[in-house]
Amino acid sequence: MSFIVDYYNYWVVVFLMMVGFYTVIVANNLVKKIVGLNIFQTSVFILYISMGKVSGGSAPIVAEGITIYSNPLPHVLILTAIVVGVATTAVGLALVVRIKRAYGTVEENEFKDKDDLI
Amino acid sequence: MFGQHFLILPIVLPLIAAPLCILLGHRQLAWLLATLVSGLSFVISISLLLAALDQGVLSYAVGGWEAPWGIEVRLDVASAMVLSVVTGISTLVLIYAKASIETEIDTSQHTLFYTAHLLCLTGLSGILSTGDAFNLFVFLEISSLATYTLVSLASDKRSLTAAFRYLVMGTIGATFILIGVGMMYMQTGTLNMLDLADRIAAIGGSRTLNTGLAFILVGVSVKLALFPLHMWLPPAYTHSPSAVSAFLASTATKVAVYVMVRFIFTIYGAEYVFHTMGMDLILLVLAIVAIFKCSFMAMAQSNVKTVLAYSSVAQIGYMILGISLASAAGLMAGLLHVFNHALMKGALFMAVGAVLYRTGSVDIKAFRGLGKKMPLTMAAFVIAGMSIVGVPLTAGFVSKWYLVTAALEQQHWLIAFLILLGSLLAVIYIFRIIEAAYLKKPIESAANKDIKEAPLLMLVPMWILALANIYFGLDTSLSVAAAQSASDWLALSTLSEGGVQ
Repeated sequence: MSFIVDYYNYWVVVFLMMVGFYTVIVANNLVKKIVGLNIFQTSVFILYISMGKVSGGSAPIVAEGITIYSNPLPHVLILTAIVVGVATTAVGLALVVRIKRAYGTVEENEFKDKDDLI
Repeated sequence: MFGQHFLILPIVLPLIAAPLCILLGHRQLAWLLATLVSGLSFVISISLLLAALDQGVLSYAVGGWEAPWGIEVRLDVASAMVLSVVTGISTLVLIYAKASIETEIDTSQHTLFYTAHLLCLTGLSGILSTGDAFNLFVFLEISSLATYTLVSLASDKRSLTAAFRYLVMGTIGATFILIGVGMMYMQTGTLNMLDLADRIAAIGGSRTLNTGLAFILVGVSVKLALFPLHMWLPPAYTHSPSAVSAFLASTATKVAVYVMVRFIFTIYGAEYVFHTMGMDLILLVLAIVAIFKCSFMAMAQSNVKTVLAYSSVAQIGYMILGISLASAAGLMAGLLHVFNHALMKGALFMAVGAVLYRTGSVDIKAFRGLGKKMPLTMAAFVIAGMSIVGVPLTAGFVSKWYLVTAALEQQHWLIAFLILLGSLLAVIYIFRIIEAAYLKKPIESAANKDIKEAPLLMLVPMWILALANIYFGLDTSLSVAAAQSASDWLALSTLSEGGVQ
């Protein structure tokens, strides 16, 4: 039981990761694929952020009477990763817009040529 | 005084030039700027390679922050060698691109092409020179995002779905690498590669580190298109503009191979990955399946660009095969093949791009009779094709030779036999195209009458690469010495637990 309770943050991460991954694989709509990809990436952000938390630690600001601080580095790293994620989403959505213009649909099963499937 | 900042210039120069290309707004000027910057990076990379061969390791603290707190830029012989290849090919591709993209990319988007190309170059140089595991992920994503854009630039609408598929798979791969890096940080508390190597060796293995390694290897395998994670590669190479195919086929996957080498040999250590975790057998089997499955796929295609794309996946199999032999000789053969394959695939894709420029098609039927009509292009294609097959006196022979030697050194007769058998398959798919060009009669039609030789700006870079294939097949001293000292350095750093310098 403690295996589940003590590591609850990782269970959340694993659950979100699988939800996102599953969505990417089964979604028929390209926008939904991007949404799945975002959930998948977000789960990793949570993995990093929860990793930096030290139990009983305060925010990493020097103040009197505080001796334990959480680790700020993973949070800063994930700021960079969030930017990367946003850029990926932007490129993906831009591609979806162009696919819609070229093919007239963003539903995968409506593509005429099966070679174009994603 | 300027000299110490040389190390970071191959990253910074293209990064600054990329937005300038858009601001210039004029496609001729943008072309000139991009080519000059790329050429300058190449010259710097060569001087860095010579310095690395001389001194061993070059290190630079970004912003004056010493490692392990700051990000370290670190070049050794292995990375300097791949960096020279990448910047060199980039320069040749840019020279070639000017004429090539006229027919393949809408005129209004030419400046965007140069911008995306330079950003991709920034990312690739960054991956090769960084000494920080998280920084590597960031540069990987910079180059990948630029690559998705480059692939989607072609006027063929299928390039869009190809780019989208590449984006989905590439992002999943990169996120896997991010998870792996996170797990390494969780266990060791550092991101500097040398620190990581020290601490991983000190810990000696834990479940977190093993899981991290698994995530990283799968993620990098997506990026380098190792069978069976290669599904994004054939459509992306087939439908992207020829200049982009030539650039990606000869650099992007090679850099991913370098990332794999870096994680296996520098960070985790070959002993740990291959013996404790038993990764060598997995990689070996996948590499051999890649060589055969994708060579057979290449035989069945009628689109010549798809043939070359499948052939790329098969050739990546050879590189991974060299790495999976887990010996200095195998690693050297793998690195040598990275170098040589860049030369041959670059030349092949350029030749196919020239055919597309003149005939408007890359179907194997369009190649009929081109031996007479485009003699120089097809001659370059034949030379590079011979190199893929591994005919003596070409660069391809040299790397296959070292690969077979490395396999025989460990008494792996079956693997050596399979390498040779794989080369025979390459004969079949390359010869189909050469046969069409030289032995079949052209289809007579009005449109076919005025096909003539490709423009000079396309022929020159193509022939430089084709001649390089012959040069590095005859004079192996330079390429072999670089690969040798690179693999020695990597194997040495594994033995002494990363504590070199």
